[in-house]
Amino acid sequence: MITALSLILAFQLVGEILSRALDLPLPGPVVGLCLLVAACILRPTLAARLRPTAQGLLSHLSLFFVPAGVGVVAHWPVLRDHGIGLALAIMGSTLLAIAAGALTFQAVARWTGAVDPSALKGRSND
Amino acid sequence: MTDPALIWSYLAQGPLLWLTATLVAYVIGDALFRAAGRQSWANPVLIAVILLALLLGATGTDYATYFEGAQFVHFMLGPATVCLALPLYDNLPRVRRAAWPMLAGLVVGSGVAITSALLIARAFGISGPVLASLAPKSTTAPVAIGIAERIGGQPTLTAALVLLTGIFGAIVVTPLLNALRVRDWRARGFAVGVAAHGIGTARAFQVNETAGAFSGIGMGLNAVLTAIIAPIVVGWLG
Repeated sequence: MITALSLILAFQLVGEILSRALDLPLPGPVVGLCLLVAACILRPTLAARLRPTAQGLLSHLSLFFVPAGVGVVAHWPVLRDHGIGLALAIMGSTLLAIAAGALTFQAVARWTGAVDPSALKGRSND
Repeated sequence: MTDPALIWSYLAQGPLLWLTATLVAYVIGDALFRAAGRQSWANPVLIAVILLALLLGATGTDYATYFEGAQFVHFMLGPATVCLALPLYDNLPRVRRAAWPMLAGLVVGSGVAITSALLIARAFGISGPVLASLAPKSTTAPVAIGIAERIGGQPTLTAALVLLTGIFGAIVVTPLLNALRVRDWRARGFAVGVAAHGIGTARAFQVNETAGAFSGIGMGLNAVLTAIIAPIVVGWLG
């Protein structure tokens, strides 16, 4: 687990250095993500080695957003001043963006024949 | 026996108390989420944030003191983002097949997110720095803050708007896409990643591994696209 964590941190570190050195529009961890995918393609054993630790971290991805979420409370006065407008802008645009993105993806998948029956949701209510 | 006030003043200064409180709040949030049958409205992040906000208010603790302890949890966002590489790698054959749908979904989802947010806000008389702070709210926080700084927004306000967008997106995605009868996990995950970044991705992983993988890709691609188009849209509508 410590080896896996060291490797993951090393990818983040290299990503951070590249992001700053090359002035990329992507933050360091996202660059590290891309590098790790490339490394796994080159050496599939790496993926097997990191998988247990990665799954452990990803199964609690929500937890890592909590401290930043509490920060919303610290900005409460600004949010309250523009309350209705900001709330409706966030809610309206998020609903529209999810609907538009998903419907477009689905339509183009049908149109280009990229439908994947194994990726279809059952009829449960999840 | 030591005076409880002394013990409190000792604990209030170190990271232990607020680190523990953050984890316990999340454990409670996650337990309630499970007890509610993993329904999206019982979002564990939202529950934990509300509990901690109440606790900070009750004890008169400011955010900077809280963050001294919580920063260790916050730090793990970086390594967890790197870990998104694994589900992406596992789904690579699926990803290759879905290049065109992803490109179309990205451009439409990202464009609609920015344009509709700015139009609605402008209709309510919001302009200037607040409008610029709103533009990148669908992207992951570090990218959104960078974009906001470049287009004249307030980085701290952007961070709060990013969080609210993520929580709202994670709560509405399941009922919304069920109502629209979108059954493709790839489309469902990808759209929530584009519109609601990492918190949407966390929700997608709670439901389906493929949805989570595509959500991570949507989040990454939208970070790049928003960096390019947000300044242009703010130029038109700002």
